Amino acid sequence: MNTQLRLTLASVAGVALFALLTLAIWYHPTSTVDLPQLVANSLAETGTEHPITAVLLNFRSYDTLLEVAVLLVAVVITLALAQQDSNEALSSLEQPARDSLVIALTRRLVPLVVLVGVYVLWAGSYQPGGAFQAGALIAAAGVLLRLAGWPIHQRANLLLRVGLTLGLVVFIMIASIALVSGQPFLTYPERWAGELIFAIETVLTLSIALTLLSLFLFSPEALSSQSRKPSKEKAQ
Amino acid sequence: MTFIDLLIGVGLVFIVVAILVSQDLFRAVVLFVTFGVLLTLAWVRLQAPDLALAEAAIGAGLTGVLLLDAIGFLRKRKAARKDRDNKAIRAKPEQGAANE
Repeated sequence: MNTQLRLTLASVAGVALFALLTLAIWYHPTSTVDLPQLVANSLAETGTEHPITAVLLNFRSYDTLLEVAVLLVAVVITLALAQQDSNEALSSLEQPARDSLVIALTRRLVPLVVLVGVYVLWAGSYQPGGAFQAGALIAAAGVLLRLAGWPIHQRANLLLRVGLTLGLVVFIMIASIALVSGQPFLTYPERWAGELIFAIETVLTLSIALTLLSLFLFSPEALSSQSRKPSKEKAQ
Repeated sequence: MTFIDLLIGVGLVFIVVAILVSQDLFRAVVLFVTFGVLLTLAWVRLQAPDLALAEAAIGAGLTGVLLLDAIGFLRKRKAARKDRDNKAIRAKPEQGAANE
């Protein structure tokens, strides 16, 4: 009876939401500004040939800057939680047995994935692609390495932290260049816009890849469960 | 092409229902990854390749790995708890016998 009531309520809510969404699509307001045309008109001044990269890193670059900051905050919190579990747990993790087939596979696959990532980054300036996608691909290569048993999580040192913050720092530095010559924050000099955007995207790719990878490697629960395992085996 | 679009749209709704109804967490995660791949196709059909790339890499790939990791952790903890409970049950009668 109770489940029946719940199911009825859920289906009524579902149908109502569906009807609302259908109505929203049906009566969508006609926009007064033709945004795609606007972007296309001033694409030549942005330094990139792809409209989405132009929007992300030129017209609306402030949004992207804040997004990167949010990612950095998330990874800082993750690292702080991982440190609570003590660094000894990190360094004393046992090496899982590595399958020679998996080693051979990752040896060939990971460079390929990183190469594709770099291509996606480069392609971002004239076709779909860019820093976020490339970063996610490279992070996926790292996850693959970790799952195959390579001890990459033991390299949680100063270099990792520099890499994590590099993207935001370089972004803010390039954004502040304009302040020196009296222009507003985040204005690129028109002659160097393309190069500067590509430079930002390159460091962003590195930082995003390291951020996503760290979120996987240093999730505190995974670490604590792994560090508990050896002691349990000893007890048995 | 309209047929393929229809198939993708209906398939997305079906997979979402299957994820929500599924009792088995592992099954739900595998379906979630399938959902991500199908959503990637939907973005491609909507001519949004940028979103498709991000969805494939982050939505289907990394999120799937994180969810699988979480399931592994939950299973391990469940097994450990069961172990402890069994030990406690076995320990109790002995204690009772000693008290008597």
